[in-house]
Amino acid sequence: MDLYEYQARDVFASHGVPVLAGTVADTPEEVRAAAESLGGRVVVKAQVKTGGRGKAGGVKLAQDPVQARERAEAILGLDIKGHVTRRVLVTEASDIAEEYYFSFLLDRANRTFLAMASAEGGVEIEQLAVERPEALARVPVDPLVGVDEAAAVEIVTRAGFPEAIRQRAAEVVVRLWETFVAEDATLVEVNPLVRDPQDRIVALDGKVTLDDNAGFRHPGHAQLVDVQAEDPLEAKAKAKDLNYVKLDGQVGIIGNGAGLVMSTLDVVAYAGQRHGGVRPANFLDIGGGASAEVMAAGLDVILGDPAVKSVFVNVFGGITACDAVATGIVEALRILGDEAAKPLVVRLDGNNVEQGRAILAEANHPLVTLVDTMDNAADKAAELAAAGA
Amino acid sequence: MAIFLTENSKIIVQGLTGSEGTKHATKMLAAGATIVGGVNARKAGQTVTIGGTDLTVYGTVAEAMAATGADTSVIFVPPRFAKDAVIEAIDAEIGLAVVITEGIPVHDAATFWAHNVAKGQKTRIVGPNCPGVISPEKSNAGIIPANITGAGPIGLVSKSGTLTYQMMYELRDIGFTTCVGIGGDPVIGTTHIDALQAFEADPDTRVIVMIGEIGGDAEERAADYIKTHVTKPVVGYVAGFTAPEGKTMGHAGAIVSGSSGTAEAKKQALEAAGVKVGKTPSETAELARKEMAAQ
Repeated sequence: MDLYEYQARDVFASHGVPVLAGTVADTPEEVRAAAESLGGRVVVKAQVKTGGRGKAGGVKLAQDPVQARERAEAILGLDIKGHVTRRVLVTEASDIAEEYYFSFLLDRANRTFLAMASAEGGVEIEQLAVERPEALARVPVDPLVGVDEAAAVEIVTRAGFPEAIRQRAAEVVVRLWETFVAEDATLVEVNPLVRDPQDRIVALDGKVTLDDNAGFRHPGHAQLVDVQAEDPLEAKAKAKDLNYVKLDGQVGIIGNGAGLVMSTLDVVAYAGQRHGGVRPANFLDIGGGASAEVMAAGLDVILGDPAVKSVFVNVFGGITACDAVATGIVEALRILGDEAAKPLVVRLDGNNVEQGRAILAEANHPLVTLVDTMDNAADKAAELAAAGA
Repeated sequence: MAIFLTENSKIIVQGLTGSEGTKHATKMLAAGATIVGGVNARKAGQTVTIGGTDLTVYGTVAEAMAATGADTSVIFVPPRFAKDAVIEAIDAEIGLAVVITEGIPVHDAATFWAHNVAKGQKTRIVGPNCPGVISPEKSNAGIIPANITGAGPIGLVSKSGTLTYQMMYELRDIGFTTCVGIGGDPVIGTTHIDALQAFEADPDTRVIVMIGEIGGDAEERAADYIKTHVTKPVVGYVAGFTAPEGKTMGHAGAIVSGSSGTAEAKKQALEAAGVKVGKTPSETAELARKEMAAQ
């Protein structure tokens, strides 16, 4: 889960990382009040989970509370790369002497953690890494060893931070490492990390990604989810504990196993090229169990998507037996009754496939078409979606 | 021959007495695997009967190994206890630890991997979040169904469980030396490269099928490895061409971040290394079939 800047700022503050005084606001009037309490001169920053806010006009300096209100009127509602701004962070305006870059992240390739730091902050870091890799220090961090002050000094030295503030920067780096570990983060990024004219080091903007798998030891993380911004179908699926991602096509997809479902999306997209360009409408992995209840819950979510014109149920019976899946489909259709009004193409293979196919043949549901292979089933589902569009 | 797991492998199950552990130990035994015991500190000394076989539950992996000569552990321990279970297996220096558990925090996986490195990598870790390893007709360590196909000359390495089953099914008339499910998490023990290296060295493996998916750059690194180290024909498949940027697709590691980790980049890297990449699982199986026929 990616956090908003203001959430990252709160997380930083709770671990002793210095941040600017600030407050979030959802209306221009709240922004005006916030500016007043922060001393008048403030920065109003759009809270969206995407980069390039500055260029899009989502970050503005205001000289006084009245101007802050005007800024907020322009920023609230602003669409930044498809993300509509519904909230802003108002912070005191800082004086910046220098800008640096710092992050801790998971290094998948080396199966360890990595510190990245540069004395040239405030820029797009991916760009810096490509154009001037020598300006970006990349220092592996052993999870068993971690980052103490001596290691932190080493990192900021290699990144070329000025000597005068290395010690202070290192203290902040140690706090950032504490944040990374204590919160089970896969990314903690500060860009820019600034030096003010008094040589104080402050995290001016931050990005934090939390590991969803670690939720069991962080009950508080659930409250960081922005329920309002979630796709309503994704929210509905999540409430039913389904692994669902909304996409923009017309063929609803249900399958078992993440890899097989991803593959199903691809095969449907290829088939769609022969049928008016229809595409998969979602990712939905019902996992190994695939009981009637899970199947019904999955179908309910997919049939609730108005863009869906046909549904492709693609199951390989490995641990799950196909007869159980077939029973699940029949039972799900019974549970849903008239709610189920779109054609279903079903492909079953693997464990107990004959029994599974027999159950579907026996039920003879008018909406269900049984197809023998994944490719042919994808083609049929795409054809039906094109016909229903 | 087979890789990693043979008819001589002696298996213990960490989490044997849990519902998943019991269910899959039953299937593993039915598939002919030699399971010699279980591990659960709270149930040490008990004997459980699974699929007609009496199995002793030991307090630790080290005790189980000393008593039974076990060289392989299959781990079904829930996420919150999985790190300690894997570290225990590493400390006991067991040869192979297959971590089935899904949902292990990545900090925990990075920690047990670092621990394994610090201990000199005496343990081969497969997973986490994987279906395990099967050497058909020889042994089965994990949850891969044993009834899909039998032994044969194809080696399979895959990030995905169900795509492993699908590919085994597509090529069921030919059969496999070993199928290795390496798992869909961001940090895993055994990689595509490790399996490619072992299949290259295995005299019975004649064609290698490699299944990847979006996220990370493991497939690109495997492609580099194939260029310089693999002489056997490799056929590839990559899932997730239609996956949107920034969305996790079921597996914790299956995510396109910015422009990195895309299926297209992986396909191109593999093709540049001479790997024939199928557009669909069935086309991939067809390519493998042709490679077999050409020999």
